[in-house]
Amino acid sequence: MIVLRALLSHWVQRPVQLASLLLGLALATALFTGVQAINAEARTSYARAAAMLGQDQLSRIEAEDGQLFDQASFVKLRRAGWKVSPVVEGELRVAGSTARLMGVEPVSAPASAAPAPLAETNELLRFLQGNVGFAAPATAANWSSIDPLPELRPLEGLIEGVVLLDIGQAQRLLGMEGQISHLVLADGGEGASALPQGLVIRPPGGAGDVARLTDSFHLNLTAFGLLSFVVGLFIVHGAVGLAFEQRRAMFRTLRALGVPLNGLMASLLTELLVLAFLAGVVGVALGYLVASLLLPDVSATLRGLYGASVASSLSLQPSWWLGGLAVSLIGALIAAGQSLWRLASMPLLAPAQPRAWMRASERGMRMQLGAGIALLGISGLLIWQAQGLVTGFAALGTLLLGAALCLPVLLGWVLQRLTAAARGVGREWFWADTGQQLPGVSLALMALLLALSANIGVGTMVSSFRMTFVEWLDQRLSSELYATARDQAEGEALRAWLADQDVDVLPIWNVKVELFNAPAELFGVTDHPTYRQNWRLLQALEAPWDKLAAGDHVMINEQLARREGLWPGDALTLPNGRAMTVAGVYGDYGNPLAQLHVTTDLLVQLYPDVPRLRHAVRVAPDQAEALRQALITDFGLPASQMIDQASIKQASLNVFERTFTVTAALNVLTMAVAGFALLTSLLTLSGMRLPQLAPVWAMGWTRRRLAGAELLRAILLAGFVMVCAVPLGLALSWILLNVVNVAAFGWQLPMFLFPGQWATLGLLALVVAGLAALWPAWRLSKLPPAELLKVFANER
Amino acid sequence: MVLVADDIWKSFSSGTGRSEVLRGVSLSVAAGESVALTGESGSGKSTLLHLCAGLDVPDAGEVRVGGQALAALSDAARAKVRRDQIGLVFQQFNLIPSLTVGRNLSFQARLSGREGGLRIEALAERLGLENLLERYPEELSGGQQQRVAIGRALAAGPPLILADEPTGSLDEATGDKVMDLLLELVRESGAALLMVTHSERLAARLSRRVHLRAGQLE
Amino acid sequence: MNVRGLLVCICLLLGGQGFAQGFAGLGTSAEGFPDPERGTPLQFPRDHGAHPEYRIEWWYVTANLTGEDGRDYGVQWTLFRAALDTELAEGWLTPQIWKGHAAVTTPNQHFFAESFARGGVGQAGAKADPVEVWIDDWQLAGPDINTLQLTATDQAFSFDLGLRADGPLVLHGDQGYSVKSREGKASYYYSQPAYKVRGQLSLPDGSVGVSGHAWLDREWSSQPLSDDQRGWDWVSLTFDSGDRLMGFQLRSDDGVYTSGTWIGADGEVAPFGDGVLKLKPLSISDVNGRKVPTGWQVDLPDRDVSVQIDAINPNAWMTTLFPYWEGPMRITGSHTGRGYLEMTGY
Repeated sequence: MIVLRALLSHWVQRPVQLASLLLGLALATALFTGVQAINAEARTSYARAAAMLGQDQLSRIEAEDGQLFDQASFVKLRRAGWKVSPVVEGELRVAGSTARLMGVEPVSAPASAAPAPLAETNELLRFLQGNVGFAAPATAANWSSIDPLPELRPLEGLIEGVVLLDIGQAQRLLGMEGQISHLVLADGGEGASALPQGLVIRPPGGAGDVARLTDSFHLNLTAFGLLSFVVGLFIVHGAVGLAFEQRRAMFRTLRALGVPLNGLMASLLTELLVLAFLAGVVGVALGYLVASLLLPDVSATLRGLYGASVASSLSLQPSWWLGGLAVSLIGALIAAGQSLWRLASMPLLAPAQPRAWMRASERGMRMQLGAGIALLGISGLLIWQAQGLVTGFAALGTLLLGAALCLPVLLGWVLQRLTAAARGVGREWFWADTGQQLPGVSLALMALLLALSANIGVGTMVSSFRMTFVEWLDQRLSSELYATARDQAEGEALRAWLADQDVDVLPIWNVKVELFNAPAELFGVTDHPTYRQNWRLLQALEAPWDKLAAGDHVMINEQLARREGLWPGDALTLPNGRAMTVAGVYGDYGNPLAQLHVTTDLLVQLYPDVPRLRHAVRVAPDQAEALRQALITDFGLPASQMIDQASIKQASLNVFERTFTVTAALNVLTMAVAGFALLTSLLTLSGMRLPQLAPVWAMGWTRRRLAGAELLRAILLAGFVMVCAVPLGLALSWILLNVVNVAAFGWQLPMFLFPGQWATLGLLALVVAGLAALWPAWRLSKLPPAELLKVFANER
Repeated sequence: MVLVADDIWKSFSSGTGRSEVLRGVSLSVAAGESVALTGESGSGKSTLLHLCAGLDVPDAGEVRVGGQALAALSDAARAKVRRDQIGLVFQQFNLIPSLTVGRNLSFQARLSGREGGLRIEALAERLGLENLLERYPEELSGGQQQRVAIGRALAAGPPLILADEPTGSLDEATGDKVMDLLLELVRESGAALLMVTHSERLAARLSRRVHLRAGQLE
Repeated sequence: MNVRGLLVCICLLLGGQGFAQGFAGLGTSAEGFPDPERGTPLQFPRDHGAHPEYRIEWWYVTANLTGEDGRDYGVQWTLFRAALDTELAEGWLTPQIWKGHAAVTTPNQHFFAESFARGGVGQAGAKADPVEVWIDDWQLAGPDINTLQLTATDQAFSFDLGLRADGPLVLHGDQGYSVKSREGKASYYYSQPAYKVRGQLSLPDGSVGVSGHAWLDREWSSQPLSDDQRGWDWVSLTFDSGDRLMGFQLRSDDGVYTSGTWIGADGEVAPFGDGVLKLKPLSISDVNGRKVPTGWQVDLPDRDVSVQIDAINPNAWMTTLFPYWEGPMRITGSHTGRGYLEMTGY
C-alpha cells in the first residue's frame, strides 16, 4: 500500500500528465465503445426484427417473386397438413411518419414465433378483434389510438416503428385484404403435399438479409472505432512511458530501500488498473454520449439505405459497461506493456537517466523501420491479393501502421540533412534540437499522421463517391415527373389518360426475386431514347439496347456483375428458369441489392401479377408542372402520388449525405484526439527540456526567442507530417474505392483528387499544432530566470 | 558481527574484456563500530558497498548481514534484509520527490512495518527539520535533503548503516554539519556504520579506516 | 408466455371438459347468446352444420374397433367450436375459434393430438350438405350423415376410417332438447350411434386394418351447465344384443344429476330423466398423478341392465390444454359389449 501510495503521489504533482493519460485512455475507450454500442444496438434491432418474424428459427414460405399472395394458399397448405401461420407486412403512414405494420395470426402461429404476450383472455380477444395492437414502448406512446391505428400496448422486444396487429386488422389497414406476405413454417411442419406453384421455402436465415446487407456498414464503423482506439493508445503509451522514465530514480530508491521487484511490479500494475478503471468509467460515459449523439443518424442511414429499422435511442446494458472497462484495461496494459517489461528487466543499479528514453537507440530505430517496411510490404501483398472486406481493412490497417512506424525514421533522416545543411549556428542548433526532441514527440506525430491521412483518405473517398453519385443521379433521373397509381385499375386508367396527352410514359415496374440465394430486383424497361441516351453502361456488348429489346438479353447492375462475376456476353438464368444473356452492366450506386432489367413485355409475361403502379413521364420541362396540375385536377391523382425530378434527386442526396454524416463525425473526433496527443506530449516535453534550453538562453537567446522557436518547431513538424499524410491518405482512399467499396457495396468508383481539401486540412493541422505548442511556448516565455539557473545549480 | 564480507571477488565486463574490480576483499564491522572505506576513484569502494547492501551479488565470496548470507537469498528475501536491517544513505540523497519530507522520513520504517514506535516529530527535531515536514524535497537545500535521507535510514533503527559519500554533493561547511549529525545519531542508535568516502578528513573521524587499492584492502 | 399458453384461456369457453368454477366457460353466463328452447324441431341436414349463433358446439366421434391383429382399438375424433362474441362478422373478424382432438387408444398405448384454428377463412369449419367438418387436414366428410370418411394425422399416428349407418338419428331428451341440470340448463343433442366402421390405423409400429362400430354425438348450446357442476361422467355403450345406452351424470356439490337414452335393438328410443341411471365407481386407477375411476358399475333397472365397464387402457388420459379422460371400455355383466367413457373434472 505504501509503495502504491508513493507511486500515485507522482501523479498528484503532475496533473497535466495524469489528465493526458486519463483523457487519452478515456477518449480511446469512448470512441471504441461508442461505435461498438451503435453496432450492438443495430444488431439487437436486427435480431429482434428477425425474432419477431420467427425467422431466426423458422423457415418461411414466400412467393417466388417476393410479392403478396392469396391467403387461400394458407388454408390450402393447412388442409394439406402443413403447419404454417400467415404474416402480412406493409408500411402505413401514421401521423406524418411511416409505421411498419406486421399482421400475425396468433392461433396458428408456432409457439416460438408467437409474437405477443397477451396476458389474459380478454386481451387476446381484443387483439383478435383488432381493438388492440402492440409496439415498442416509445412507438406505442407515440401512435396509440392515432387514426387509423387501434390502442397500442407497450411491449419490450419489438423494434421501434413496428406495430404488431392481428392479421385481419393489418390487412384492412394496408388494403391487402385476403393477402399475405409470407407464411412461417413450424419445425417439422411440412405437409404431405407439394407446395403450390409459385411458392418457395426459405430456410431460417439467421438475422436475415438486413444483417447481411448492413454488415459492411458496421465493419466501416468498427474500423473507425479501432482507428480512434489506436490513436488513443498512442497517447496512453506516451504518457505511461514518460511516467515510467520519470520515476526510474524512484524505482531504484524504492528497491534500494527494500521493496522487492515483484512487489514493485504489482504496485505498478495496481496503479495502472486504478487509472484504467477511472478512465474506463469516464470513457464509457463519453462513449455513451457519442453513441447516443450518432445513433439517430446511423438509424436514419440504415433506414434510408437498407430499409432496416433500428431503435434511435440507446439502451444501456451492463455488459456494455463491463466491455468498456475491459477495453480500457486492455488498452492500458497494451500501452504500458513495454514500460512494465523494461522495469522487469531493469538492473537494480542502472543509472537513473530520465532522458535516456528520448535518445532512441540506433538499433531501436532500425528495428522500427524494419517493422514499418514489413507492414507496408504485407499491405501491398494484401492489396494485390485483396478480395474480401476483411482483407481490405487489413490492408488499410497495415498500411497506416507501417507508414506511422516509418515516419520518425524518415523525419530523423530529414532533420539530420537539414542540420548538416544549416547555415548559421542558430539554425543548426534549431534543427539539431528538433532532431533530439523527435523521440519524445514521435508518438504524437504518428497519431497525427494517422488522423490526417484517414481524413484525406475518407474525404477523398466520400467526395469521389459524391461526384460520381450526383452525375449518375442526373443521368438516371432524367424523367420530369414520376407518378404512382394507388392500385392496378388506377394504373391502367393513368396510362390511358397519359396516352392522350403528348407525353411518353415509361413504366417502372419491378418484382422482388431471389437470385443466387440473395434478394434481387427485376425491372422492366420500355425501349426508349431516355435509356439509350442517359444510361452510361460500364461494359456492354454491341448495340446493347437493341439486344435488350429483342427480349433475350438482360442488363444487370455492377453489384450483381461483381458479386457473381457476370459480364457482357455471359449467360444468366432468371429465377423462373428463363435463360438470358447479359447485354450490359450499369452503375447503380447507393443500392445494396442486385438488380436486373428486362423489357417490360417480358416482365409482364413472366410475372403477370407484377404491380403496374409506378410510371416515369417524359414531358417538356416547362410543361411538367402543368401536367402535374392536370393529373391532380383532371385525372384525380392525389399530389402525394407524384414526385418531380428535383425532389427525388434531393431525397436521394439526403440519403447519401446521411450515410456519411457518421463517418465525418468520427473523422473529426479522431482529429481532435490526435491534436490532444500533440498537446500533451509537447507539454510534458517542455518541462523536461529546460536543461537543453538553459545553455542556449545563457548564451544569449531570449526566452521569447526560445518560445518562438518552440512554436515554429511544432508547426514545422506538423507541416512535415501533413506532407507525408497526403500520399498516405491517397493510398488509403485508393484502397477504400477499389477494394473496400467493391467488397462492401459491389461498386468501384473513379478516384478524384481534391487539393482544396488537403489545403484546408493542412491549415487545420498547422493550427492544431500551433495551438498545442502555444501553451508550452507561452510558459517558456514567462519562465522566471531563476528556474533556468536552477539547471546549472542542480547540474550534477 | 553485524556485517561480514569474506573474500569477495567481483568483475564487470567492459568494452575490451572483463575488469576485476574486487579481488578477495574481506571485511567485518561490529555493532557500534564505524568504519571508513577509502580509496581512489574506481578502486571499487561503491561496488563493495553495493555488495554489502545486497544490491548486487559477488562472483565469489560471501556477504553476511546479521549472520544471513545474502547470496543464498532470493531477490525478495534480500529486499527484506535491506528493508529491515540496513539503512542506506546515498550521495544523491535519492528522496522520493513526490512525497513530503515527513513521508520520506517515515518511508522505510513503514516499509519494514516498524512505524509503531516511531516518533517522526522527535526525529525531525533532532535533524532540525521540524518546520519542513510538509515541504517537498525539491524545496529543500542539499544539506536539508541529506538530513532527510539520514533520518530515513535511521528511522527504523536498523543495525547496519551503509553510506556512500553522504556529503559528496554538499559544500564543506554543510557537509561537516551533516556528518556531525550522522555520526551522532549512529552512535546513539548503537548501529554499525560503513561509510565510503574519499576524504581523509572525514575518514579520520570514524573509529576505523580501511583503504581499498586496486581491488584489495591494504 | 406465448400465445399457445394463452389459448388456455380461450379453451375455458370450449366445451367438453369440466373445471373448477363449475366448468368455467360452460357454466358462466352467456350474455347475448340464445339459449336452446324446448320444442324447437331439429332440421336435417341443416343441423349437421355449424350454429355460430350459439356459443359452443361439437362434433364428437368415438369408435370401438378390432384390428386384423385381433387387438382392441379405440378412436376418438372431436371438433369443438366456440364463439367469442355474438357478432357474426366475416373473414378474420369472425369471432369463432375451433379446436380439434384426435386420439387412438390400444390396450397399452394412447396417442392423441390437438390443434387450433380461427374460423372465417376456411382453416376449420362445418358444413351440413354435403357433410364437411374439418380442421386443417383432419376431417369428417361425406355425401350425407350416414356415409362419412373420418381422417386425422399427427406425427405419431393417423387414421382413415369409413363410417356407414342405415339406422335413424337419435334425438336425446325431449326431441333433441337435453336438460343438463335441475335449474333447467340444456343443450340441443342428437346422435348417430350405429355406424359400421372399416379402415386403417397407422401407428409407430406400423399400419393395421380395423373394423368395428362408431358413435357420433352432436351437441350445441350457449350455457348447458350450472355454476356449481364440477365435472361429468359420460358413457356410450353398444351391447352385443344390439341395444345401446347413452348416459351421463353431472357432479355438483349437492349430488349428481343423471340422464340418458335407451336405444333398443328394435329401434325404440327412450330418453330417461334424473335418477333413473346409476353410475358407481368400481376401481380407481392412478393416471397421470390423478385418481381416476376407470371401472364402473352401470345400472339401469328399468331395462334390467347391470353391467361392469372396464377401461381397455386405463391410461387414456388426454393431456391436452384441458386434460380429461376418454377411452374405450369393455362391458361385462348382464350385457356384454363395448363402449366409450368420458370423464372430466378429476
